[in-house]
Amino acid sequence: MATTITPQSTATPTQRRRGIRDRAGDRRSRWDQKFSPYGFVAPFFIVFGAFGLYPLVWTAWVSVHHTELINADQMGGWAGFQNYVNLLHDSFFWNAFRNTVSLAILSAVPQLLMALGLAHLLNYKLRGSTFWRISVLAPFATSVAAATVVFAQLFNRDVGTVNYVLHTVFGISNVDFTNSKWPAQIAISTIVIWRWTGYNALIYLAAMQSIPNELYEAATVDGASQWRQFREVTIPSLRPTIIFTIIISTIGSIQLFGEPLLFSSGGTNAVTGGADRQYQTLAMYFYERGFNNGHLGRAAAVAWLMFLIIVIFVIINTLIARRMRDSE
Amino acid sequence: MTTVAIPAPSRAHKNKLRGAGGQRAAGWLTYSILTLVFLLSVFPFFWTIVAASTSNTEINKVPPNLIPGPNLIKNFHAALTNVNMGTALLNSTIVSGCVALGTVAFGTLAGFAFAKLKFRGRNVLLFITIGTTMVPMQIGIVPLYMLMNKLHLIGRLPAVILPTLVTAFGVFFLRQYLIRAVPDDLVEAARIDGASLLRIFWSVVVPLARPAMAVLGMLTFMATWNDLFWPLIVLNSDNPTVQVAIDNLNAGYVPDMSVILAGTLLGTIPVLAVFILLGRQIVGGIMQGAIKG
Repeated sequence: MATTITPQSTATPTQRRRGIRDRAGDRRSRWDQKFSPYGFVAPFFIVFGAFGLYPLVWTAWVSVHHTELINADQMGGWAGFQNYVNLLHDSFFWNAFRNTVSLAILSAVPQLLMALGLAHLLNYKLRGSTFWRISVLAPFATSVAAATVVFAQLFNRDVGTVNYVLHTVFGISNVDFTNSKWPAQIAISTIVIWRWTGYNALIYLAAMQSIPNELYEAATVDGASQWRQFREVTIPSLRPTIIFTIIISTIGSIQLFGEPLLFSSGGTNAVTGGADRQYQTLAMYFYERGFNNGHLGRAAAVAWLMFLIIVIFVIINTLIARRMRDSE
Repeated sequence: MTTVAIPAPSRAHKNKLRGAGGQRAAGWLTYSILTLVFLLSVFPFFWTIVAASTSNTEINKVPPNLIPGPNLIKNFHAALTNVNMGTALLNSTIVSGCVALGTVAFGTLAGFAFAKLKFRGRNVLLFITIGTTMVPMQIGIVPLYMLMNKLHLIGRLPAVILPTLVTAFGVFFLRQYLIRAVPDDLVEAARIDGASLLRIFWSVVVPLARPAMAVLGMLTFMATWNDLFWPLIVLNSDNPTVQVAIDNLNAGYVPDMSVILAGTLLGTIPVLAVFILLGRQIVGGIMQGAIKG
């Protein structure tokens, strides 16, 4: 598509041009080659440094100070590890930690399994394949806030559509999705699953399409059933992608915030995740400590611990992935 | 050969390669399941339109009412006057537009430098960029808030725009694309012809990068439009973005559920319109990002 210029064809005119050009121009060109690249990356690194990297690193420093929201332009006194000690003795912190873990499992596991199945279906030769792909992605275009407002109504105890269906089909009546702990967590996970399954399915689909067809042909010749082909050709080929999606969705789960916040319909105990903190996540706990109670230093400690959890998780995941690969 | 960019042809090409194993023709069961998934995907949208066009009493009916009513415009109007949804729509358009433009412009500039130019410290800088793509922004919120406080930006739009004006992901995405989309010979030839790097960027790189720039721009616009956490902290209900306004609606300032849902619908329509118009490209972008990421 582009005109390719072979070295031979450019040699003569270039030499001629070089000869004409004065030395100042040559110097300017060399200066351009040497320093322009920095000019190209500079806007990114200046903005990213100021508003991305600096806050990230500085969080650690704030977390060892008694910084308060009402005095946010001052660091406050030195706190040492006091903020961390307080956190680890706070049962609400551990409650938020447990909720975050259970919500992560409840949302990530079904989501990724369903995405895998959906990708398999989308990988068939389909009429209107683009239509199906776009339609599974539609929930992803909705915001967390909008989706949650709608789902909270669908999960309403007395008049919600979900309870209506549960009642008509299974004879189960009036599940209190807003206030009972596990029904609420299942409902919140449903929102996450609804928004993200299609996205993950498309990522799996992309990876499935790059599996060489010969692998399937060989398996067919060997008489492997479709299910065995899925298990022994598709899944192993997708392993790096599956690990990638597990990491991405877990990092997302650890930051879970909007769904549980907007799910509890009352304004006042929104950030506590229900009256008894049935579904307060770490991110909500962070918000409560920092911006409701006004203890920025303590909130920074929460953020730093969340970062630590993410790092530990990614390391564990990488180790497991490596062991699985080695054992093959 | 350098047209890795455009998803549609490459997909068609792959489909042709597929024989018996990878891509059998779908049977009725596949279509049935996909139809069910489709219905589950769109039902909440449909229900929202129904609820937003009726009234509280209709929403509270059992069995659920599934027929749209006549009150859509009235409820839109109520939502616009009650929680600044009008201001919110304008604010979100400004914020998402600026962020998408910034991410694409600075991402393309830096992505080009990382993909095609040699300079001292390139690998270190690239390592920092890639290393931080996975670190969530939430971690730095407290210092970010203190910084915005110092700059007197609390409650104002730049506080939302600046932190996401550039993203490491944007740089990485365009770098991956440009490595293959821009032939080295072309850059070299333009250089020998005496073109400055800025000129090469403008007349060689940008035209070739356009498909990736469009995809990145759309994904960034959608993500920014839908962001809740940071805007909720740094903005207030007088000057909200759409998501903050939806949160305010939900927090109970308005007792009428059909108005709440009308406001929610209003805040979703712009990004949904983008999605419906450009769904094919967005699907392509996500699938491409996956292969390359």
